[in-house]
Amino acid sequence: MKFDIVIAGVGGQGNVLASRVLARAALAAGLEVRTSESIGMAQREGQVASHVRMGKGLAGGIIPRGEADLLIGLELAEAVRALPKLRAGGKAVVSTTVIRPLSVLLGNSLYDDAALLGYLKERVPDVIFVNAEDLAVQAGNRKAANSVLLGAVSTLDGFVPVSAELLLDALLQTLLPRLHEVNRRAFALGQQAVSKP
Amino acid sequence: MALKVLLGNEAIAYGAVEAGVHVATGYPGTPSSEVLGTLAVLAREKGFYAEWSTNEKVALEVATGAALAGARAIVTMKHVGLNVAADALMTLAYLGVEGGLVLVVADDPGPHSSQNEQDTRLFGRFAKVPVLDPATPREAKEMTVYAFDLSEKLHLPVIIRPTTRVSHVCQEVEVSEEYNPRPVRGFKIDPRWVCMPSLAAQKHPWLNAQQEKAQELFVTAPFNEVQLVSKSGIIASGVSYNYVREALDRLGAEASLLKIGTPYPLPESLVVDFLRQVERVLVVEELEPVVEEQVVAAAFRHNLCLPIAGKRDRMVPREGELDVDRVTPVVARFLGVKYVPPEGSALPPLPQRGPILCAGCPHRASFYIFKEAARGMNAVFTGDIGCYTLGIAPPLGTVHTCLCMGASIGMAMGLWRAEPRRKCVAFLGDSTFFHNGIPGLIDAVYNQADIVVVVLDNCTTAMTGHQPHPGTGRTAAGDATREINIAELARACGVAYVREVDPLNSREAFAVALEALRRRGPSVVVMKSPCTQLIKPQGRYQVNPAKCAQYKFCVDTVGCPAILPGEEHPVITDKCVGCGFCATICPADAIERVGE
Repeated sequence: MKFDIVIAGVGGQGNVLASRVLARAALAAGLEVRTSESIGMAQREGQVASHVRMGKGLAGGIIPRGEADLLIGLELAEAVRALPKLRAGGKAVVSTTVIRPLSVLLGNSLYDDAALLGYLKERVPDVIFVNAEDLAVQAGNRKAANSVLLGAVSTLDGFVPVSAELLLDALLQTLLPRLHEVNRRAFALGQQAVSKP
Repeated sequence: MALKVLLGNEAIAYGAVEAGVHVATGYPGTPSSEVLGTLAVLAREKGFYAEWSTNEKVALEVATGAALAGARAIVTMKHVGLNVAADALMTLAYLGVEGGLVLVVADDPGPHSSQNEQDTRLFGRFAKVPVLDPATPREAKEMTVYAFDLSEKLHLPVIIRPTTRVSHVCQEVEVSEEYNPRPVRGFKIDPRWVCMPSLAAQKHPWLNAQQEKAQELFVTAPFNEVQLVSKSGIIASGVSYNYVREALDRLGAEASLLKIGTPYPLPESLVVDFLRQVERVLVVEELEPVVEEQVVAAAFRHNLCLPIAGKRDRMVPREGELDVDRVTPVVARFLGVKYVPPEGSALPPLPQRGPILCAGCPHRASFYIFKEAARGMNAVFTGDIGCYTLGIAPPLGTVHTCLCMGASIGMAMGLWRAEPRRKCVAFLGDSTFFHNGIPGLIDAVYNQADIVVVVLDNCTTAMTGHQPHPGTGRTAAGDATREINIAELARACGVAYVREVDPLNSREAFAVALEALRRRGPSVVVMKSPCTQLIKPQGRYQVNPAKCAQYKFCVDTVGCPAILPGEEHPVITDKCVGCGFCATICPADAIERVGE
């Protein structure tokens, strides 16, 4: 058994933290785990993708093309960029958050929101869209967007091999106690966004 | 024992604690930094010593001193850091050590966050020092414990060479809370610690004999594994072994496998036994054909005639990082198995998103000020290694060269010697200045080079994760220490014009920049303002639509990610940290502090 997750986003969105939370939850579920993280130069507003692999008999940390079971997108364009990793029939939980890079602001490259949304819907018909940043602001901290998405992912209980309880526990264990309340709220808002769209 | 999810670098740190390390040193560098970062925390808890050293050479020398006294020492750096420490390492192999000395040198195939893709396994071979190449974080921890024992058995320093995909991969790892260092025997005065030419001549045969001894020990090392299932064999080193295993799974194929965890010196008898069991072999490894060349030599020496595929016949890429996607077609071709890569539809156009300086980064202000002050001078801006290398990006475009740590100063001098009428400005960070900038600055004073040196002092080693350095007044363990002032240091080096100024105070900083450019150098400007990641936001700014003349001057010339073009006038988002630099340069005076 093996379950592969790609988390795509922009440096500074809490991508690495989300991968650690999933890894911790997997360990609690009695699974082996590997993550592969982007740390270093890519942090500064660059594109980042973390990989989390859980299951038995795992080898390396990098997920091959077309093999991820789940794509978590913290940012719209980055979710599309990582889509080739997703297998046929895989699921995607994507934030509609748009971060326009400097190249777009300076007119050197294009960001077509509608085309990207359309492409995601076409490729992954049951894609779950969540406005993670708005919900995080509602929870009390824009930086909790990753917790919103983890909440949304936790509704895929049965597909994802870690339960919602283990995921929330792992999230809180990973964060400092003073951040628990905001992130608990963010996680719940993510869950509600999926069940009551 | 507890099972924890650990980063490969953290696993190495725990391995060192388990081995009873006494002294840990290092200089930050991706992907190695978390090893010493973790050790610095554990040092306080367990009671051993850890330091961030000024550079890798000093780090290795400190570790060497400790090891000569019989202590166990570990020293951490990235691959290019070993170039800085090479002078010490090359002769240390001749001297040998008493206590175990382990170098953790992290390679960055790709490269993801480095200026080259050099292969430390090859460096180990050059220096005649054994190299261990872990495949996983768990193995990296086991190798660390093993490396200390090996170092003491051979009296040689030992290199552990994780790559990004071990250093920055997490895995569940058994961790012990115990720390049982053995007593340190103490340094014994002996001429054998003085590297006189006669000593080197005498030690060289010993050093060569140790290579054979290491080779023998590696035959039974737990990091090399043989699985015999067919007449087609694959030899894989380090992380490449994971990719080969997964490729075989995906292809539903099998091959005999020899996993190599000890690439230098390669355990020859193990390899020869494997070669005798197969009819042809493929060697899979990242970067240089270090294992492959030793396999070819071993086969030749033992009169084994079989095809050996790898880098020389271009089966395996010699550049860049490997992964399952790159290794699967190689394995398929070698085994004659059909492989159809997964179909992918063409993606819609995606925005380019390179890393950039953060919103409110003081480096942006420093670059902008010097670019403006040097307008019309056709100046060359030599850059250096750090976040500020990102000054290369538009709209700033203020980094014209970047080579290695501290090179900005030397290169500015050389450019000026070649074109004495051209103004050359060297930009380097505070940690880089301490690391290797000072000898260049002294050279500039000694040889009277007319250059401007700008130290971008953001009070931390930002790029690698905010490690302290000699200018911060804090040690690796977080204790207060004497703060070394860069401006005072520059004056003590004999620089006549030295100014320290806050780049966010743009008027004064601009005047200083102009003055430094006008005077005959060498001159030093310390642009001092803390990294935005270290301080709380200082409020926020907004555009006053009534005043905005819509030049989009702020968007087009500053390139701060907090300023968006907007529909009618530029808009400042909540990424703004309140540095206020844009407000000081807006020609229409239309940017105002929120709440004023």
